[in-house]
Amino acid sequence: MQAVKMVITGPFSAGKTQFIGSVSEIDVVSTERKISSMAEQVKESTTVAMDFGRITVGDDLVLYLFGTPGQRRFDFMWDILSQGMLGFVVMVDSTKPETFREAKRILETFESYASTPYVVAANKQDMEDAWEPEDLRIILRLKPEVKILPCVATDKESVKNALLELLYSILDQLDQENGDKS
Amino acid sequence: MALKGNLRDFSTTQLLNLINLARKTGTLSIQTESESAQMSFREGKLIYAYMGNDNGKNHLAQILQTSGKLSPEQAQVIQSHAEGKSDKEIGHLLVTARRVTQNDIIQSVRQNVLDTVYKLFTWGEGVFRFDANRMPNSGYITIPIDLESVIMEGSRRLKEWEILQEELPDLDVALRFTDRPDARLRNINLTVEEWRVVSFVNPRNSIRQIAKANNLSDFEIRRIVYGMLQAGLVEFVNQPKPAPEKTESPARRKAPPEPSPAAKRSVVVRLIDRIRGL
Repeated sequence: MQAVKMVITGPFSAGKTQFIGSVSEIDVVSTERKISSMAEQVKESTTVAMDFGRITVGDDLVLYLFGTPGQRRFDFMWDILSQGMLGFVVMVDSTKPETFREAKRILETFESYASTPYVVAANKQDMEDAWEPEDLRIILRLKPEVKILPCVATDKESVKNALLELLYSILDQLDQENGDKS
Repeated sequence: MALKGNLRDFSTTQLLNLINLARKTGTLSIQTESESAQMSFREGKLIYAYMGNDNGKNHLAQILQTSGKLSPEQAQVIQSHAEGKSDKEIGHLLVTARRVTQNDIIQSVRQNVLDTVYKLFTWGEGVFRFDANRMPNSGYITIPIDLESVIMEGSRRLKEWEILQEELPDLDVALRFTDRPDARLRNINLTVEEWRVVSFVNPRNSIRQIAKANNLSDFEIRRIVYGMLQAGLVEFVNQPKPAPEKTESPARRKAPPEPSPAAKRSVVVRLIDRIRGL
């Protein structure tokens, strides 16, 4: 059985667990616990190690989705999770500008780990206060080739779209590498 | 959609850069605990800025007084007769009466807009909101200004502000005249503002109190006091508290070696088919 993985990362409370939960065929294996810090009491519990979702492709192939913990004190998990990944999705809560700087930091860190393609999912686009994806592109200083996708993590179609766009980018990169070699 | 947040998270530089690059049209309002400001843009160009809440009243007499084109008395007389008139109407009347030229008005309004925006670069905190397509009162005089040069000059001033803040971190110390002024003092020429500050130098007045008495911003008082300290005209009564040490950002961890590419093209194609069918 071949297993491939994608990493879903982003700041605290960006919607990573919901994103994985929307497409995973198993209940997300989530290592969550009650939040103790006052500053982080936006939701009742948070991911302290990682979320884990699965999509079976066939008898011989399975895709794992790993969500990174959003809190800084679990940064040490990031490079472990990023090893061997096919690509990654950076989740950004479009309604929380105070987290954009952190999103940029996470994005740059993951970029430094591997030259795998990634997409940015501008989550919570159904909310009134959401910043437009193209404004986020400027703020996060994304390269033109990096896709920024409007996303609602609780909506399966929206999550599928983000994953597909990431896969198309991976495909493009593979084709480009093959083209360079031949 | 909304474009709102706090300057804590987004500096004025970043906001102006975004507005410039996205060629936005609308008004950016910033509110701090004690101050507020409005900036309006058309297709990414700055066209108007005003410190305080926009109450729809005219501002031209005040702007021309600040730029020295009108005396305080003239401005007061004009203001008292201008009730209900717009800035454009007042400007037209002043040009017709040959009190000022059209160019005086344009340059004064332009400078006022720039001074307002440059002040905003030093605001470290404040709630902001960008309202797309909201334009300033039609009676105001708007002048399109390229944001690139504003951002560059604002950033330069911000740097200057940071240096001044580092050199003069504590505004709660008092100043006194030096006992033995050195030879450098012979060549000093003080501006009106500097003279005003000098008149308040006294061991009982803190720098902050001098600024308040003269209606000077933290930036302005720091610049003046720093100049006077460098010239050897004044000295601190007590040594100011040192600037808080800058916390170095944690060193970036070294990137681990790039993982070997595990996925083949066929795997990716299969994944695409599977996710499409979910």
